[in-house]
Amino acid sequence: MTDQNTTNFRSKSRKERRTRIIIYVVLSVLSIIWLVPFFYLICQAFRGESKSMVTYFFPKEWSFENFRILFKETNFLSWYKNTLIIALFNAVLQTVIVLSVAYALSRMRFKGRKLLMNFMLILGMFPGFLSMIATYFILKLIGLTSENAVPGLILVYAASSGMGYYIAKGFFDTIPKSLDEAARIDGASRSRVFFRIIMPMAKPIIIYTVMMAFIAPWGDFMYASLISFGHEESYNVAVGLYRWLDKEHINNYFTVFCAGGLFVSVPVTVLFMALQRYYVEGVTGGAVKG
Amino acid sequence: MSTQNKQMSELDYLGLPPAKRRLYDIGQFFKEVPGKVWGGIKKIPQKLWALLCRLGGFFKNIGVMFWEGDILTKLSFVIMGFGQFFRRQIGRGIVFLLMEAVFIYYMAAFGFSYLSNMTTLGTEAVTKTLNKYGLEVVEYKDNSLKILLYGVLTIFIVIGFLWTWYINISQNYKAQKLIEEGIRPKSLKNDIKSLGDEQYYKTLLAVPLLGIVVFTVIPIFFMILIAFTNYDYSHLPPEQLFGWTGFENFRTMLSTDISGSSKFAYTFREILMWTMIWALVATFSNYFLGMFIAICINKKGIKFKKGFRTILVMTIAVPQFVSLLLVSKMFADEGIVNGILQKLSLITDKIGFLSTPTLAKIMVLVINLWVGIPYLMLITTGVLMNIPADLYESAKIDGASGMKQFTKITLPYMLFVTGPYLLTSFTANINNFNVIYLLTGGAPKTMEYAGGAGKTDLLITWLYDLTITDNDYKMAAVIGILVFLVVAVISLIIFNLSPAMKNEEDFQ
Repeated sequence: MTDQNTTNFRSKSRKERRTRIIIYVVLSVLSIIWLVPFFYLICQAFRGESKSMVTYFFPKEWSFENFRILFKETNFLSWYKNTLIIALFNAVLQTVIVLSVAYALSRMRFKGRKLLMNFMLILGMFPGFLSMIATYFILKLIGLTSENAVPGLILVYAASSGMGYYIAKGFFDTIPKSLDEAARIDGASRSRVFFRIIMPMAKPIIIYTVMMAFIAPWGDFMYASLISFGHEESYNVAVGLYRWLDKEHINNYFTVFCAGGLFVSVPVTVLFMALQRYYVEGVTGGAVKG
Repeated sequence: MSTQNKQMSELDYLGLPPAKRRLYDIGQFFKEVPGKVWGGIKKIPQKLWALLCRLGGFFKNIGVMFWEGDILTKLSFVIMGFGQFFRRQIGRGIVFLLMEAVFIYYMAAFGFSYLSNMTTLGTEAVTKTLNKYGLEVVEYKDNSLKILLYGVLTIFIVIGFLWTWYINISQNYKAQKLIEEGIRPKSLKNDIKSLGDEQYYKTLLAVPLLGIVVFTVIPIFFMILIAFTNYDYSHLPPEQLFGWTGFENFRTMLSTDISGSSKFAYTFREILMWTMIWALVATFSNYFLGMFIAICINKKGIKFKKGFRTILVMTIAVPQFVSLLLVSKMFADEGIVNGILQKLSLITDKIGFLSTPTLAKIMVLVINLWVGIPYLMLITTGVLMNIPADLYESAKIDGASGMKQFTKITLPYMLFVTGPYLLTSFTANINNFNVIYLLTGGAPKTMEYAGGAGKTDLLITWLYDLTITDNDYKMAAVIGILVFLVVAVISLIIFNLSPAMKNEEDFQ
């Protein structure tokens, strides 16, 4: 009787072990697939021979030549500087705007609140690109295109950021309202409640918002290409690097593109990984509440 | 959910263990989905009627205010701020009067001419005259684009003014009523103070809303108007004019006669079809594979959970223009994948991963998995951990297999909780510009399609090409509006279904 029981137990654990091994194999294969492009990027960035695409993976000669070209012979540094300035300004402005809108819509009840939320929802359904042409003409009217593209882009990003309040609002909604009410009974004004009570509790969502606002400009291609059109000095990294892969440039710039891509990706990725926890909280909270 | 709808009697329901009760609720939710969709559609005319009623009530209100108002209130209908001066609200009075003065000056100096030009969008683009040396001098006159833009700005200024005007008269009316009751109405000082307190939302929302109006609402309104003009490469200001054409562009785009000259209608249909297939396959493949991987990583006894997760999350962190452009070059005809396959002599001819129509479509969907799975893995991990453990335990006692546990517990629970997200990501995929544009740019291009469209183009990337390379703004605007309609209809259905949206107050 006892004998049978133990064999039963063992067979079950053998089955468990088999599924576990299958899972390890699947996950390892996936990890390799996921990492291959990044290894490829690194290998190409340090390749010494020939600047065009080649059909082998590992370079025959490792060198820093591509980085030298990147910094000395191209406008990459000024693109990098532009993007950094935009990202820093955007991190501040967008955070202030998003938190203000989210707090107002989460905590205060006023006439037209529902209407406003529905209106922003409907606006969000228009493809973003539709508004770009007119935005471009409006910016041109104020003189914030091509050579002034950096302030122009800051303005555009900040101005349209009010509509991305959903995740922050979802976070504020989970802070009990009784906290506000207690403070209000003690005579605190709404602005005081906002700065003294809600803000200190909202650290995770503030970090999330700052992080997203800082990272987004590094990858923006659509707006940046239109607004900085015709003035190479004011490109951002995405627009600048994108051109190196078209038919005219690719044979002389492919490895330089990889070097530039690496130089852009590393700080952004490190930042993202360091603050991963807040990102996960943000997306899961936002997704689950719809 | 009312108890009458349940097939189970209330007593039986309450007798279930709490975890099973929840599962039963979830099952009921899915049974009610078709009915809810139909209910939502039925509600549309009702809602429209309610909106009309409210609009009627608004105008009636203005009439009542004029009728019941005393002489001060009545005069304030014409001279804004008039009543306030005599009701000891001088600060408010000055603000309103100033606004009216500025508005009248603006309208007299520019506004009226902008608005009247809008009817034709200009009559003469350039005049060419010969100067005394016999050389041609070109003088630019009407610029349709500027006329339209200034006209739209003026329309928004007028709307803003009408709104202040309404606030002005309703304030007057209120003040009048308060004085009749013997209460002193509030002054500007109170107003400013309350901006930090009861009306703090005004302070918070003012700047963001101004930004949204100027850089989102006005541009969208402008582009909607463009859809009714003939603004394209052969009508480019300042050399040429463009004008109103009514519904002409919509007729071209939606015409049923696809054999004739209207290639646009054919292209639109094909691309719409592919966009829908893309959105559907991309959303669901990401969802289920992401969930599968999350389950694998979170399975008891698996080590390096954090390591696997971090590796996958890398694709979210690296800017897409780097990672996707690089992947597109890896799969290019001259790229490394073809090179290695040839070297291993697995193939003799190069495979056009991204240059043959069907294969390119499959490849973008596959590569999209590489981008999308990490997101879904993160989201589903959070939800998986929230599934009550006693559900699984009771299932194990009942002898349910792993597969059965998945289909009976995990899947329904996941669909219930992440349902709204699933559907919003469907609409997001319709507008997924980055993946397609950076991977293929719409290629392979084909002569069958109008406007330089390619086989993997989505509506949104076609829109981009039409504006940037073809300067066919009118058609781009039409596509934009049609995309909006598709997304709006789908979203309407979602928000009728989503349980989370309705009980917003429950969280607080």
